[in-house]
Amino acid sequence: MIHRRTAIAFLAVSAVSALSATVGCARKSGESKGGGAPSSKISVKGSDTMVILGQRWAEEYMKQNPASTIQIAGGGSGTGIAALINGSTDVCQASRPLKPKEQGEVKAKRGHEAVETRVALDALAVYVNAASPITAISLPDLAKIYLGETTNWKDLGGVDHAIILYGRENNSGTYAYFKEHVLSNKDFAAATQTLAGTSAVANAVKGDAFGIGYGGIAYLEGVRALGVKKDATSPTVMPSLATAQDGSYPLGRYLFFVTAGQPQGLAKAFQEWVLSPPGQAVIESTGYYPLPKT
Amino acid sequence: MERFAEAAIVAVALLSIVSVALILIFVGKEALPVLFSSLVHEEVTPASMIFPHDVNGHAVFSWQPVSEVPKYNILPLFLGSLKVTVVALLFAVPTSVAAAVYCAEYASHRVREFLKPALELMAGVPSVVAGFFALVVLATWVQNAFGTEHRLNAVVAGLGLAFATCPVIFSVSEDALRSVPQSYRTAALALGSTPTQALLRVILPAAMPGIGAGIMLGFGRAIGETLIVVLASGNAALVDANLGHSTRTVTATIAQELGEVVVGSAHYHVLFALGSLLFLVTFVVNVITERALYRARQSLKGSR
Repeated sequence: MIHRRTAIAFLAVSAVSALSATVGCARKSGESKGGGAPSSKISVKGSDTMVILGQRWAEEYMKQNPASTIQIAGGGSGTGIAALINGSTDVCQASRPLKPKEQGEVKAKRGHEAVETRVALDALAVYVNAASPITAISLPDLAKIYLGETTNWKDLGGVDHAIILYGRENNSGTYAYFKEHVLSNKDFAAATQTLAGTSAVANAVKGDAFGIGYGGIAYLEGVRALGVKKDATSPTVMPSLATAQDGSYPLGRYLFFVTAGQPQGLAKAFQEWVLSPPGQAVIESTGYYPLPKT
Repeated sequence: MERFAEAAIVAVALLSIVSVALILIFVGKEALPVLFSSLVHEEVTPASMIFPHDVNGHAVFSWQPVSEVPKYNILPLFLGSLKVTVVALLFAVPTSVAAAVYCAEYASHRVREFLKPALELMAGVPSVVAGFFALVVLATWVQNAFGTEHRLNAVVAGLGLAFATCPVIFSVSEDALRSVPQSYRTAALALGSTPTQALLRVILPAAMPGIGAGIMLGFGRAIGETLIVVLASGNAALVDANLGHSTRTVTATIAQELGEVVVGSAHYHVLFALGSLLFLVTFVVNVITERALYRARQSLKGSR
């Protein structure tokens, strides 16, 4: 049984690689035509947080430029960065900046420096169930929860019940961001349940009265975002456009497009459009925040 | 013409064997650096995959591959696979063997003609659908029924897996029971045994090698299944015996993490090592059962 399934997976993989090889050829021939609006195809891959955003951008852009095809895929920032390193995607969407090690690998394997461009702003929300009595949390308390040091809601003024931890799998930019900015790079508690995608986390917290989770501000349906305090004595800040743009919300973060070298052709045109007012206008309809106007 | 057809069939059969062998070679080759590469050994060694890490004086079995100090202990993962597989088999074996006995021995011809295809149709349910069902519906039932601490846990994942394993065990067991010669039944009845005695003392033992093979297939299906456990187990790499806690399996780990890793990194090779180990486990279990079943078949022949 296992053998047969592995064999099928193997066949699927070879089919996909054959297909992508064909696509690669098609892309080259498309570029050689040149002239006018770039008529070609690029793939954009990476952050699960940014998948919906990327899709909306691509839809709008392709509506205005029917000759262009932009394929958006998720998988996580880590997956996108790995794809950028391996050369299997043109643009990587990332919800965190690249690590020095990853920048080195892009340079080594692609021959160009990785170029990160800020394209949108997100506030990482801390979700609790709608029925939870908790309304605000400080970053040190949040860290203790996810390090497994605080395990009961009663320590935070809630009911006497174990805290059920939900998080993202370790290829997620959200995982990396949270680990760095909240946990000071210490390891998540082993009891953290890792789910595929922010919507899965939000869904789990929605169904679990004692759950806690984290993820992009765009996924608030059925769950409630906690106010966040930088430390025990600082004021509570709710995630919002204003607090994310002025930097007062402690878990605000930029979302990036990453390319190997400056973007070329369609990737360049797409990125310029994303940063233009029509592109930035798309962001708010998806629940994220446009870049502050400088 | 006939010779040509025969050659074509042999070629196709060989092709499938060769492709399986090639996959094994590929997976094994990618796993080897875990044993031999000093570059990989800077991050992980075979010993550190088995023995606990020391964290502030505590011995901890921990799977934290993305960390300041990456920890690749395989114990939580194999324990997780074991937990969900045991739950799946505990549920699937009695129900599907009982269903097979009913279908083969008691059901009327017409009922059987309906029941068998219906049960085998379960095998056609895509595992993502079974997993989604476990995630959304089963998880709530299990939590309400047992008051489990985690909503997604080994029991939910195991029951979801049972959904996938039941049709396999049922189908093979039913065939095994039906292939017990009619003469065994009539002889047992003629010697004065009741139908129940005939079933328990003669027919079931005679069909045991086949039923055992079905259970083996079910075991392989359960331990190798990926999507159901990714969705329904919660994927927390805990080391405890509590079936009500979230659990992380080997297959789910490979599925969730292989997409991310940079080709050639220590993490990449460790994931392939996990795949090889999983194959080794199923292979060894298969060989052991195969031998046991062979012996059972021999002793059946001898006592005739």
